Parts: sequence; structure tokens; C-alpha cells
Amino acid sequence: MKRYLQITRDGLWNQNVLLAQSIALCPAMAVTSSATNGLGMGLATTAVLATSNLLIALVRNWISAEVRIPVFVALIASLVTLVDMMMNAWLHDLYKVLGLFIALIVVNCAILGRAEAFASREPPLAALVDGISMGLGFTGALTLIGAIREVLGTGMLFQQAHLFFGQGAAWLEQTIIPNYGGMLLWILPPGGFLVMGMLLAGKRVLEQRTAERALRKANLRPIHCC
Amino acid sequence: MTFDEKLEHWRSLLPYQTGLLAIVGLLTSAALTLANQATQTPIEDSLQKDLQASLAQVLPPNSFDNKLLTSTLERPAPDGKRTVYVARKADQVTGLVFEVAGKGYAGTIRIVMGIDPAGKVLGVRVLSHAETPGLGDKIDAQKSNWIESFAGKGLNNAKWAVKKDGGEFDQFAGATITPRAVVKAVHEGLQWYAQEKENIAKEGAK
Repeated sequence: MKRYLQITRDGLWNQNVLLAQSIALCPAMAVTSSATNGLGMGLATTAVLATSNLLIALVRNWISAEVRIPVFVALIASLVTLVDMMMNAWLHDLYKVLGLFIALIVVNCAILGRAEAFASREPPLAALVDGISMGLGFTGALTLIGAIREVLGTGMLFQQAHLFFGQGAAWLEQTIIPNYGGMLLWILPPGGFLVMGMLLAGKRVLEQRTAERALRKANLRPIHCC
Repeated sequence: MTFDEKLEHWRSLLPYQTGLLAIVGLLTSAALTLANQATQTPIEDSLQKDLQASLAQVLPPNSFDNKLLTSTLERPAPDGKRTVYVARKADQVTGLVFEVAGKGYAGTIRIVMGIDPAGKVLGVRVLSHAETPGLGDKIDAQKSNWIESFAGKGLNNAKWAVKKDGGEFDQFAGATITPRAVVKAVHEGLQWYAQEKENIAKEGAK
């Protein structure tokens, strides 16, 4: 149980795909122009990541180390294509909004990364937990970047949420800054890099503070140097 | 030797690795083939439904009672052939829908426009574009109602240019190229219809 908690914590925070490993930046920068897009892309990735992790962990003993990469690529690519076709056929309205992102998931290196670093060495349940928590960590980071860019860029939050999640989610759409003229920089690609950089810096500061506090707690008397 | 040990030995053998790749390739392509067969018809159906829906957007509601997708004719246009969807109500032609394209700030803007047989605009919608979010994307009906300003305009009762160029259509703050391209494309569509009007009426009467 403790181990699964650790895996979850790693996925959500310690080894967060975007904020700690800084991988999968290409799809991340491309879709985070709004919080809704970030959330949609994150959830679609989570589904693929969890399934591919589970699948690879199930067959891991049969795969020779020498040919593992082509096998992983074949499995992940077919999985994404299957999801793409089935969504197009049976969830067409959702597909019209998410369709572009689904194709982008194939090139998301986080998926191959988790297959290689985790799922190929661990039992299926642990791999599933890892896939879900890594995916949710990615979703959280994407939504956060999207929300910051959307609020700074347009003054709104979760625009067009109903297109993704149905009319029940229409309340998500909020005006944060009324009568805001908009600031295009944040919506355009540079805004993505700026927000990402600030978040990375913020995470470092937060972790440093936590470490210092832990240290101070350990030896009650702070050590003054010099 | 247990099964696991045997498996470990096999994994290092070249024939095993070749076989593994072959089997993975076979299984994945089989899965994709099956899924393709299962999803092909529903996907085509939904694409047709999408097209029907986007065509219906540029016509007034209840202005036609036929199936637009099967009621088409083709006429030559400057950029090749243009498909015209004919809307009928009680066998009378009530509207014509066709696609035009404009050259926007970032690539082609695909536009679908509906006109009445006299050549007056019934409605215009942008099908796809890659204009700057927040500036040029106001041509999208979901973002602003600018695109409604075409309704009711014809060749003779409107100045076909943006206000900056002496016309009557609004441009957007910070984006003139995009609305200019849309106005030009719709204008050209009307001019093309004026030329083809008689041929279309002849073929559409069938």
C-alpha cells in the first residue's frame, strides 16, 4: 500500500511529467492556450497512458530487451489509433474537439518514457497506478498552465467547457476579470514558455522551502554560519 | 528448468526476437484492420451529418425540405470545379450553398455560403481557419457575430470591402487582413454566381 502511495506521489508531484521531468513539452505548449484544452488533452493522455502501461506490464516478460523499443512503439501507436477510430465513430462530438489532440498523443514521449522506465519492469497493477498518477499529474500541470494563460490572455476561465464535457459543465466557464481587453502574448506560444518557466521556478522555490523547514525541525537550533 | 528460466533463455535468441516482432506486427495490424472495418460506416455517417449540419447553418431554418447532400450540381469555377448544393422547398429552389476559400493571415480560410436564387446572401460560416486566436478568429460564429453582417447583402446593395478600404464591413482591432480576406472571398462567390446563374438555374430546375 505504501508503495502505491509513493508511486502516486511521484506521478502527481515529485516526478511530474511537465514540472519535474520537463518532457512532453511539445503537445503541452501547443494545447495550453486555454484551461479547457489543457484539461481535455490531459484526460485523453491519461487514458492512453494507463492503458499502454497496463498492456506493456502484462507482456513485459515476453519482450526481449533488444527489440523492446519497436514493440513498445507498435503497441502504443496501434492503441492510439484504435482510440482515435473508436472515438471518431461512436463519440463523434467529443472527437471533433479532441481529435487533433488524440493524434498528438502518439508523439508524446511521456508515454514511451513510462513504458520504458516503469511498465517494462513492474507488475501490472503498479504500472496501472503509475500510468494514472503520471497522467493526472500531467493533466493538472496542463490545466494550470492553460488557466494562467487564459486568465492573463482573455480574462476568462474554462471557455467552451461545454463542448468537451456537455452542458453540465457550462458553469465552469467564468469571467475572472470583467471588461478585460485581453493580452495576446499569453495566448500565443511565447506565453506558454513564460508560464512554464515561472511554474518550474515556483516548484523549485516551494521544494527548497520545504527542505529548509524540515532541516530546521530536525535540529531545533538553527545553525548560523560565518 | 522452470518456465521463467526457459523464457529468459528464449528472449536472448535471435529467432525468438524476430518472431516476437512478427507476432506483435501481426496482432496490431489485425486489431487495426478489425477496428477500421467496424468504425468505417459510423465515421462516414457522422461526417455526412457534419456536412449536412454546416450546410444547414447558412440557410434560414425551415427554408428547405430536401436532402442537401444528394441534391448537388457541379459548375466550373476559377479554382476547378465547385459543388453547389441546391435547397428546395415544395420543389421550388429556395437556396444554393457552396464553398469558397479566402487567403487569410495564416493560410486558407474555408468558407461556406448560402444565397437565394436572386443572388442575395442568406448566411455565411467559416468552416476552418488558422487565424490568430483572439484577433482574427472573430470570423468564427462561436467567437463573435461579425459573420452575420453578410446576411441580406447582394452585389448591388452593399459596398464589398472593409471600412478601412471604404466598404461597409467592420474590421477587427489589430486584424484587418482576416476580415478583408473573408469579404473578398464572399464577394467573389457572389460574382461567380452572377456569371453562372443561368446555367445553375437550368441544371437546378431538373
